[in-house]
Amino acid sequence: MMTLPWLDLPLVWAGLIAFAVLAYVVMDGFDLGTGILFAVEHEAHDRDTMVNTIAPVWDGNETWLVLGGGGLFAVFPLAYAVIMPALYPAIIGMLLALVFRGVAFEFRFRAQSRGGRATWDFAFAGGSTVAALCQGLTLGGILQGVHVEGRAYAGGWWDWLTPFTVLCGVAVVVGYALLGATWLVWRTEGALQRRCYKHAGRLGALTLTAIGAVSIWTPMLNAGFAHRWFGWPGLALTSPVPVLVALLAAGFFYGLARRHHLTPFLCALGWFVLGFAGLGISLFPHIVPPSITIWDAAAPPASQAFLLVGAVVLVPIILAYTGYAYWVFRGKVQPDAGYH
Amino acid sequence: MSGIDAIFLARAQFAFTIGFHIVLPAFSIGLASYLMVLEGLWLRTGRHVYQDLFQYWVKAFALVFAMGVVSGLVMSYEFGTNWSAFADKAGPVIGPLMGYEVLTAFFLEAGFLGIMLFGLQRVGPALHFTATCVVAFGTLVSAFWILSVNSWMQTPQGFEMTADGHFMPTDWAAIIFNPSFFVRLPHMVLAAYLCVAFFVGAVGAWHLLRDHSNEAARTMFSMAMWMATIVAPLQIVVGDFHGLNSLHYQPTKVAALEGDWETEAGTPLVLFGWPNMQTERNDYEIALPHLGSLVLMHEWNGEVKGLKAVPPADRPYVPVVFWAFRIMVGLGLLMAAVGLASLILRRGGRLYRAEWLHRIVVAMAPAGFVALLAGWVVTEVGRQPFTVYGLLRTADSVSPVGLPGVATSLAAFAVVYLIVYGAGFSYLFALTRRPPVPGERGPSPSQPTRTAGITPGPALPGGAAATLGGQP
Repeated sequence: MMTLPWLDLPLVWAGLIAFAVLAYVVMDGFDLGTGILFAVEHEAHDRDTMVNTIAPVWDGNETWLVLGGGGLFAVFPLAYAVIMPALYPAIIGMLLALVFRGVAFEFRFRAQSRGGRATWDFAFAGGSTVAALCQGLTLGGILQGVHVEGRAYAGGWWDWLTPFTVLCGVAVVVGYALLGATWLVWRTEGALQRRCYKHAGRLGALTLTAIGAVSIWTPMLNAGFAHRWFGWPGLALTSPVPVLVALLAAGFFYGLARRHHLTPFLCALGWFVLGFAGLGISLFPHIVPPSITIWDAAAPPASQAFLLVGAVVLVPIILAYTGYAYWVFRGKVQPDAGYH
Repeated sequence: MSGIDAIFLARAQFAFTIGFHIVLPAFSIGLASYLMVLEGLWLRTGRHVYQDLFQYWVKAFALVFAMGVVSGLVMSYEFGTNWSAFADKAGPVIGPLMGYEVLTAFFLEAGFLGIMLFGLQRVGPALHFTATCVVAFGTLVSAFWILSVNSWMQTPQGFEMTADGHFMPTDWAAIIFNPSFFVRLPHMVLAAYLCVAFFVGAVGAWHLLRDHSNEAARTMFSMAMWMATIVAPLQIVVGDFHGLNSLHYQPTKVAALEGDWETEAGTPLVLFGWPNMQTERNDYEIALPHLGSLVLMHEWNGEVKGLKAVPPADRPYVPVVFWAFRIMVGLGLLMAAVGLASLILRRGGRLYRAEWLHRIVVAMAPAGFVALLAGWVVTEVGRQPFTVYGLLRTADSVSPVGLPGVATSLAAFAVVYLIVYGAGFSYLFALTRRPPVPGERGPSPSQPTRTAGITPGPALPGGAAATLGGQP
């Protein structure tokens, strides 16, 4: 089998998996956020419009989550085999929530009765919210560390459930709702868009608070994180982050005030990218803190090299046709067009 | 079987979730190919009945595909949650194959599904047909990879074992094209086609019983019966090759599905009986002498290895394998018989008036799916007590998750799946209970705002695209 001694395969794959997870957060975030906003948008036509903005693309968005899970299985099987049992209830909860939410796209249009429609609207909103919450819990659970003995999870049922993970869970729900609101600002118009500007303003403030709280708490979780954040050369990477967050905040609120359509969405995405970078700085080189590094967890080079060939060729192609699909369905989704 | 423990429940959970799941991709594989044929015929002939049928079935496809996506997502994480030891040990081999499935198939299907469902007015008929073909192709690519994974678990090769029991890949071509892959892939794809042929046939027959003259119902019934006539016998031939392959590589599985305990020349063919795991013989057995050897080895006096050739701890639970096999074969023969009957009735144009056949076909709506599930039970339970045949035991594959956790999640999956898939199938029946009509509309008759996503697109020349989009 091919060997590439000059290439640090686990490092390359850590980057690719991180990219897949970020792609997932960027794309499915607004999509789940749109579902979360059902909690405050009750009007049937508005809800149809909201769903129609994401109906042609949600399936592709969710595929990045399959790539994240499947990719972890393929190239870091040990991390996959430790994280899944350690976060068992959160993962199962997320999957069940996504089941409800995914079918609700079709079912809410198929339900003949008012009650059926209301049920699947509720499933859509609830599924989106619980999926976001569980993703935050999972993220927090990995950040705070997992107890491993030998090659397996050795902790208890509820180790993952702490005030920190709950904060992360809530932060992700708020952040996704913000992405949803700014997405709808971009893709809708009229009264719905005006209300989404308002939602976005409030959720933007809440998201900034949540980013601040998680950022203060994370380095206190373990000495390694603090060292990476405030020691050298980590500081060179971490110190620009708060400045950039503040710059984006200025752009965000300016965009809202001037009623820009796209600026708030881009700024909100920028916060997520920065938060994700902070996460990467904290974790690296661990994939399951405090004990498993990306090199410990790596599949043999034969496995990583084999899939890497495919990823290098296919990921750009996937991005190209995903971009094409978004472009085909570009433009405002009219709230009242098509009604008879 | 052992008592209720975490392994048993983890197996029950996997069986339950994959049992629900497998029906849906089979449906998607068959229906995507059918839709591709319908749209191709419509574009080629310009006959509106094909366009109507496309619009009629694409709505069912959207529903089935959504259910398949979410139940498949569950599967991709379940290897980690319930089978983490398996994931750790076999992950280096099967993980990359599943990674390729995501990269080559899932993204392709998901990326073009939106265009296939909602994009006709925006991209025009040629690109739309391309999207339909890409989605159909994606379903087959997905089948390619997942059946490669499954076949490798049955007939593993192309790896080295480390001292601590990890599978290290050494030859990817040998892994992907392992010995049972060549029979399993066509067997599964043909099974998916038969599932859809009999479901579509049943819907056509149902509407023919109400109205002999419905052209769309006639067309779909006729197309489905052609599939039954051609594919069902072909499937029996492929199944026979599959049996020969299993006999060579997994003799214990074949002994279990045949109910053969003794190794002997001129093995009888057991028609019925109840394999008794304690006494190591079949209770109430009815058998035909020598025919077992003839069927399995195509030799009158061939020697077939019996279950007693391996210790009891290495045998699967025989009654399940034995009976699932009989259900699969029985339904396969029945489907071939229906195909033959339809062929005879075509002479003299009696196909659309033979109500007795229509009633049988309506009753056989789930026949393909039941046969498919039975076939999976044969091959998966027949592989027990191993996950990787002969090398990794199921008992050594399971996660360190205790009984309460697995029991709770199993209960949650059972409740959620029954609600979600109960509702999904009831919507599917609601869609298909309505007869296809001329000028059938697209996936959005009761969803005006969805079509709003279509109408602002560039106007297309030619009436065909406009009517296929479902909007005047």
